[in-house]
Amino acid sequence: MTARVRALETVLAEKGLIDPAAVDAIVETYEHKVGPKNGARVVARAWTDPGFSEWLQNDATAAIASLGYTGRQGEHMQAVFNSADTHNLVVCTLCSCYPWSVLGLPPVWYKSPPYRSRAVIDPRGVLEEFGLKLPGETAIRVWDSTAELRYLVVPLRPPGTQGWAEEALAGLVTRDSMIGTGLALAPEAAP
Amino acid sequence: MNGPHDLGGQMGFGAVAPEVDEPIFHAEWEKRALGVTLAAGAMGHWTIDESRYARECLHPADYYASSYYEIWTKALERLLVRHGFVTEDELAAGRAHGAGATPKRVLRAADVPGALARGGPCDRAVAAAPRFSSGARVQTRTMHPQGHTRLPRYARGKVGVIEAVRGGFVFPDANAHGAGEAPQHLYTVVFSARELWGEAADATLSVSIDAWESYLEPADEP
Repeated sequence: MTARVRALETVLAEKGLIDPAAVDAIVETYEHKVGPKNGARVVARAWTDPGFSEWLQNDATAAIASLGYTGRQGEHMQAVFNSADTHNLVVCTLCSCYPWSVLGLPPVWYKSPPYRSRAVIDPRGVLEEFGLKLPGETAIRVWDSTAELRYLVVPLRPPGTQGWAEEALAGLVTRDSMIGTGLALAPEAAP
Repeated sequence: MNGPHDLGGQMGFGAVAPEVDEPIFHAEWEKRALGVTLAAGAMGHWTIDESRYARECLHPADYYASSYYEIWTKALERLLVRHGFVTEDELAAGRAHGAGATPKRVLRAADVPGALARGGPCDRAVAAAPRFSSGARVQTRTMHPQGHTRLPRYARGKVGVIEAVRGGFVFPDANAHGAGEAPQHLYTVVFSARELWGEAADATLSVSIDAWESYLEPADEP
């Protein structure tokens, strides 16, 4: 693929259809600027600020934009909140729709057939492959991103974090916990 | 279309293989594939819906043997040829041979932050009132269009409940084929796993899709 993509970029650049410096700038954005730290900050704010949490529930796009996260593949955001009874899991069975503005680019497994095929029919089995075994009575709700709405899971705040500051809490919010294939880290697992 | 991309409920692909400390890119070419795809899309000659349809139209054997950036690259080549920007010969040679179609615009590096931060919102006003309201029972249509659709096979002909009325959005089934944005109301529709997968399914599982209005018909109360 190295040669094939180089050929493609060369032809487009020679014809003046793309600016290689713009390609560099796009790569730089998703390699260094946009990533799951954005989403973690959104979740930590929701855990610590009930007003923000309510805003996130009612108008996630605006609430998330208030923290500076907007744009491509995050134009129409929905936040879905885990509860004691229900665990949320996000998939795109038809392609790889993913909330780039808050999570960055999707991991390979999210785009691959095993996850896309099984998340909607065997989510418990999928979660066990991530080391997450939910109690049998916990309901699972799977969100298949078939349109342009992009879903961010708000995991439960871990016990034992009373009084923690937003920044420390954000360190417990993993990418997978915002897709639903994981939970937020316990305090002792903080990085 | 009933293409290789429509994966929900298919079997035989094995276990999910999460990678510990996965890098954002696995090779330099993946970076260029991402950037070139976005930069070429910014010329404004095809929509995200046409892009998705081009990816879905890869031969199934090719689709399943390709990583996602490979799928993107192969689909981009087709879009560029279809729209007259490059020829197959040029792609094979890795050299431009002559002028092609003229782009509406070319994305410059200085404009990248703004373009990415704006994205491409696809909510649109729809004059008609929504046909369905929250709580309504609906049945998805049984249909097998040759063209692009965002109604997955596993959720066709199934009875579910409207959970949310999302407003008007560009209709991909039309927009992918140059038939205009034709916006429709969009709904989140939730199904029980038993409705989708039968009596043996997990009673605690429910699955939702986001469905355009023309995918739906009213369903009788049980």
